Amino acid sequence: MSTTVDHHREPAQDRSAPGPAGILGLHLRDVTLEVGDGGERVRALDRVDLSVTPGEFVAVIGPSGAGKSSLLAVAGALATPTSGVVEVLGQDLAGLRGQGQLAAFRRRHLGFVFQSGNLVPALTAADQLRLARRIAHRGGRSRSFDPAPLLEAVDMGHRAGHRPGQLSGGERQRVGIARALVNEPSLLLVDEPTAALDRRRSQDIVALLARQCHQRGIAGVMVTHDHDVLDHCDRVVEMVDGRLVDHRSVTLRP
Amino acid sequence: MFLALRELAFARGRFSLMGLVIGLIAILMVLLSGLSSGLVNDGVSGLKSLPVSAFAFDEGTKTDNAFSRSVVDTDQLAAWRGQPDVAEAELMGTSIMNAVTDDGQQVDLTMFGVEPDGFLAPEPADGDALDRPAGIVVSESLRGEGIDVGTVITLDRINTELEVVGFTEGQATFGHVDIAYLPLATWQLIAAGQAPDGEAPTDAHLATLDFDQASVIALQGAEGSELAAGSAEAFAAGDTAATTTTLSLEESFNASPGYQAETMTLSMIQVFLYAIGALVVGAFFTVWTIQRGHELAVLRAMGASAGYLLRDGLAQASILLVSFTALGVAAGVGLGSLMPEGMPFALEAQPIAVASALTILLGLVGAAVAVLRVTRIEPISALGGNR
Repeated sequence: MSTTVDHHREPAQDRSAPGPAGILGLHLRDVTLEVGDGGERVRALDRVDLSVTPGEFVAVIGPSGAGKSSLLAVAGALATPTSGVVEVLGQDLAGLRGQGQLAAFRRRHLGFVFQSGNLVPALTAADQLRLARRIAHRGGRSRSFDPAPLLEAVDMGHRAGHRPGQLSGGERQRVGIARALVNEPSLLLVDEPTAALDRRRSQDIVALLARQCHQRGIAGVMVTHDHDVLDHCDRVVEMVDGRLVDHRSVTLRP
Repeated sequence: MFLALRELAFARGRFSLMGLVIGLIAILMVLLSGLSSGLVNDGVSGLKSLPVSAFAFDEGTKTDNAFSRSVVDTDQLAAWRGQPDVAEAELMGTSIMNAVTDDGQQVDLTMFGVEPDGFLAPEPADGDALDRPAGIVVSESLRGEGIDVGTVITLDRINTELEVVGFTEGQATFGHVDIAYLPLATWQLIAAGQAPDGEAPTDAHLATLDFDQASVIALQGAEGSELAAGSAEAFAAGDTAATTTTLSLEESFNASPGYQAETMTLSMIQVFLYAIGALVVGAFFTVWTIQRGHELAVLRAMGASAGYLLRDGLAQASILLVSFTALGVAAGVGLGSLMPEGMPFALEAQPIAVASALTILLGLVGAAVAVLRVTRIEPISALGGNR
């Protein structure tokens, strides 16, 4: 596939309830996350503000330990911030009580792409998608699900019957992306997707991610320290010591 | 089940290994169960087949070997017959003797002296009932040893001759020795030391007998009574009146030689086997769950509920346990049918079913403890570094 990606943002599809632009997508306001216990409390996130609109694909860069993963955790309903507001799809995550409600929110509205795919070793590519479907929907709706179109969308239609062990790193990551899209998420959270890939494959994967966000009107946040792939992103923000220091909202688009 | 089945197929090597262990445990369990049933049959099948609620032993008789140690007389019998709720009460003589058949073969016999027309009298499946002083009805299991209806058996030392007139229905043994039923009067003749030397006892011999002792009083409670149910309180009044110690039929099994020691030994081995089975299954699923830790964290991050993963894990353990226990039981039953003649071994459906259910249930408990780990997996650990 070509690395020349259409950087022009396509208008986001209207995915859910109508409302003023900016309500949908991801909004972090004044978010602080302290981790550790006792006296040794570290501010992993320090008064972070960030908004990502539907159809926008944003890269978060920064050195190791700067809080990039914490940002994903907070945005992904995996960690509850110490203070501040996290809104996804207009929903304040503080309103979700307990692991059960958080998990239910994640499976309905969020998609995760992990390092090196993190697929289940026992499952074929098609079954990875079916499992994601089953996790989100009980009964009939998951049974009538056909993984083929999504696998085609990530150019993996020909590998539907292969297990992760039979796939290359790039192929695994493509299946991982398809899996994240199964439940039609509003927000896609991507954790170092190119960590295990060579340069050309990295370009392909990030271009694919950006294109899927644009086409499907998904708000995308990608944590990376691979500066070569930033060209594909609509916006780049940088974290240092838990803060979004450089709002280099330098639009890389012309 | 979606994930469970696919993982079973994917990691079939590991699961087969675990299944092999479960199957071997199931085989061992079937063999132990068979041995246990076989020993019980060998020990007390003669007692089990009697229509008796309880046995009254002379007061103060030591429990082990009480059947051959106890001595009761007709006064005690009369006292028991006077008790309410006693439907039947009879004297019974028990002793173990050595003998030789007319073709020189040595046999050991448990001599059960019973009233020929009483409620204890055996109903022979083959041959006649107890109808003459020298006639004995012996255990079906003796048939394999060259004994038949008409075989004359000579008791050692006293040289009294008895003749086999019938066989019981099925095995009748007591303390691993085959039973020979004989008329109580003949038993008393032998016990009194007045049995004729070198010939068969006749009515003439019995007529001269003045001996009213036997070993125990066999009691049958009236239907639905406390006594029939084996209640210790129901025995107390009769015991006081007759100066006896009464044990229910089941309790009296312990009074037969070696019974308690054998059943306790086997029970202990079985308990250990169940514990080992549960621990092995638990250990396997602990390692398996830890090995999948990162994968499970990813699924949790994707929004899988802990319950979903728990159900999946338990379904996996159930499939493994049920299928390989079934295979093991089948193999065990197959092996059991190859057991050599003479080995006390009996495959009985009920104990095997109970043992299989216990193996599966305890295995599931072990697996559940291990699989519960999925509820403690932090979904946030799916982010960041590789496994």
